[in-house]
Amino acid sequence: MAENPALPAARAPSPLAALLRHARHVVGENPVTAMAFGLFFLLLLCALLGPWIAPHDPLASDTARALAPPSLSNPFGTDHLGRDILSRVIVATRLDLGIAICSVALVFVLGGLAGVAAGFFGGWTDRIVGRIADTIMAFPLFVLAMGIVAALGNTVTNIVIATAIVNFPLYARIARAEAAVRREAGYVQAARLTGNGEWRVLLGTILPNILPIMAVQMSLTMGYAILNAAGLSFIGLGIRPPMPEWGIMVAEGAAYIVSGEWWVALFPGLALMLAVFTFNLLGDGLRDIVDPQRRS
Amino acid sequence: MDSNTVPLLDVRDLTVEFATRRGTVRAVKRVNLSIARGETLGVVGESGSGKSVTSYAVMRILERTGRIAEGSIAFSGVPLRELPEREMRDLRGREISMIFQNPRAALNPIRPVGQQIADVLRRHGQATRANARAKAIAALEQVRIARAAERHDAYPFELSGGMCQRVVIALALACRPRLLIADEPTTGLDVTTQKAVMDLVTELTRERGMSTLLITHDLGLASAYCDRVAVMQQGEVVENADAIAIFRAPTHAYTRRLMRATPRPGAGLRDLLPEGAAPAPLPAPDPRAGEPLLEVEGLVKEYPRTGLGGWLARLAGRAPEAPFRAVDGISFRVNRGESVGLVGESGCGKSTTSMMLMRLLDPTAGRIRFAGQEIGAMPTRGFAASPLRPRIQMVFQDPTDSLNPRLTASRAIADPILRMGRERGAALQARVEELADLVGLPRILLHRFPHQLSGGQKARIGIARAIALNPDLVILDEPTAALDVSVQAVVLNLLQDLKLRLGMSYLFVSHDLHVVRLLCDRVIVMRQGKVVEEGSSQQVLENPRADYTRELIAAIPHPPV
Repeated sequence: MAENPALPAARAPSPLAALLRHARHVVGENPVTAMAFGLFFLLLLCALLGPWIAPHDPLASDTARALAPPSLSNPFGTDHLGRDILSRVIVATRLDLGIAICSVALVFVLGGLAGVAAGFFGGWTDRIVGRIADTIMAFPLFVLAMGIVAALGNTVTNIVIATAIVNFPLYARIARAEAAVRREAGYVQAARLTGNGEWRVLLGTILPNILPIMAVQMSLTMGYAILNAAGLSFIGLGIRPPMPEWGIMVAEGAAYIVSGEWWVALFPGLALMLAVFTFNLLGDGLRDIVDPQRRS
Repeated sequence: MDSNTVPLLDVRDLTVEFATRRGTVRAVKRVNLSIARGETLGVVGESGSGKSVTSYAVMRILERTGRIAEGSIAFSGVPLRELPEREMRDLRGREISMIFQNPRAALNPIRPVGQQIADVLRRHGQATRANARAKAIAALEQVRIARAAERHDAYPFELSGGMCQRVVIALALACRPRLLIADEPTTGLDVTTQKAVMDLVTELTRERGMSTLLITHDLGLASAYCDRVAVMQQGEVVENADAIAIFRAPTHAYTRRLMRATPRPGAGLRDLLPEGAAPAPLPAPDPRAGEPLLEVEGLVKEYPRTGLGGWLARLAGRAPEAPFRAVDGISFRVNRGESVGLVGESGCGKSTTSMMLMRLLDPTAGRIRFAGQEIGAMPTRGFAASPLRPRIQMVFQDPTDSLNPRLTASRAIADPILRMGRERGAALQARVEELADLVGLPRILLHRFPHQLSGGQKARIGIARAIALNPDLVILDEPTAALDVSVQAVVLNLLQDLKLRLGMSYLFVSHDLHVVRLLCDRVIVMRQGKVVEEGSSQQVLENPRADYTRELIAAIPHPPV
């Protein structure tokens, strides 16, 4: 197998083009992944263009039309103040997705770096990061998030921080395990020989090799982050009315389910479910795309 | 009467196809093989030749994308291709059994080995709950496992690699099958262990009148243990003949090329290359040759013993056990322009030694002097910044594992220059291309990622990276162990040319004395952390003084020449 004749001798395609081709193959092979990507772009569209595509003003109340069932002019019906639920669901996407993305990005950087350092250096770094993660895991995560928001104050920033903190152990542990496996790999030793200091080996060699696995994790925890943010709002922490947010809308609608106005809670709940579902499916699809075993 | 004429296994026109993304790939093309009762057939070929796939097809354990497209497989007259899966399951293990390459991976890690044997016996109705244990112990005794009753309850991780392979053999032979398929059964084992395992397999199969299909890349092994040999190349059997005939007078050009490339006594480095490959003229020797470059004195590496034993000793106030000495006070030197071989079996401390010399590991005691400077005392953490770092480089054992999967070939070769060299931009590009030319890597491949390259190409990248900064000393840690023989021949010649052209010194770490002899002027033989013999390559190979060296040499199988 000196020269592999199966490999074309032509100019090697750029890595990005190769990745795109591979992604297309994975998506084409698995319709569920294709659906997840489709839903993801729909969510992204709502988040970016929400205020422009919403048919009504999400904040305009009209008490004459309070609690109207779904109709042509209000496909999702209206709430107790007569606001259009469809418009509110669409506009809320930006806030819910924004909180989830910010908190996941934050925990990705903090948890990822702490975990990689713990796995790579071992010793005291490992012990400190490990104990921090254990401490966080010792609490029921949602209760911990509630406590953090209640203590720090009822703002969007604090919801982001609380969501990031409760996800920290997950990221730190995955990054730690992956870094520990790679610490003694041949190419890491080779990087040391070529004059890379320890920090450069960590950031330049180990971290880039862990990124794909972490990216999959990001997508999977995104769903949890959305639920967490909505859950906090549901119990009255975090976002405050009248701002449209799925969690609050479900909370507001919950009171009307018994009296038969099911649509007030159902549609925001569906949106929430769809978003979580999308990110979980997307994670599975991403795992297939970044798995080098499947690249042939 | 009939049983003497009808072969036990008869494979006719076997074609195996795999569905891949780029269409159907034919891994095995119209292969004909037959094994008579009591016969050992060797299937020899390099990686990708389809030898393993053939055996998987016989066992009907092809992966999901593969299928038998054509041909027939008859096992003592029973057509296996059409057999229902239920009956096939009964056949596997009872009539045909298999030994895999990695014995540790073939055993269930969380089940005692004796119970795994008992499971097989009971699955095929050869034992009952009551007598399974006794039968399993008997099976372990048959594969010469000492203290079998005790080892019955051992887990795979408690046994050595050779011991695990014996358990796998016991598993394979437990139900007295008629055909044994051994797929690279000794790859990864030391030569002395390999000899013990192969002798055992031969003896047991002969005793029981079993047939064996031995799949190997090692011509020497095939010649030593097979009655007949089939040579495979790219999915086809190119030669199929009596073992003695095939090694005395190979008829096919590919067989001849394989034979030439196999290191053997009496053959020089250039003899391994295919006929007609012009050997490069040797440049004048380095005028500085002969000066000492690396001096090692009393080098020791100790590892503290961990675990319950040490703990209990400390609790009881007794002195803890002496720490484990991986390297036990070795001394040697490497001169400028010289190649020194460091030979020994796994666990002898040769890799630990090379890591310490490479300054990736701190020694416990002893001195390492490099070009007149004491480097043993410099801590490994800071050595990356030392001006001596570019002068000691290494080529790693596994070309795949030693390349960062996210860097292209050219970026991997440029890495040391970016950290420690001066060239940048166009000059860097020119230097990388020059290095690629030097190691014979086509420039067109420089943009590829490791997973798009073959083993030989990856080995060349590893070598180019090591020589990028013109080092004085290169440590070669079994640089060809993961390569096919024909690629090994080319890479060994390349290393020799580079050494002469660039005036480097090599420390060649290996377990194979025949390979070391080709490249090295002097050889150091290590065992259990100590040097047992040292001398010129010729003297050590032809006239070994230590018993251990003699044992090592005798264990290496080689084709009769």
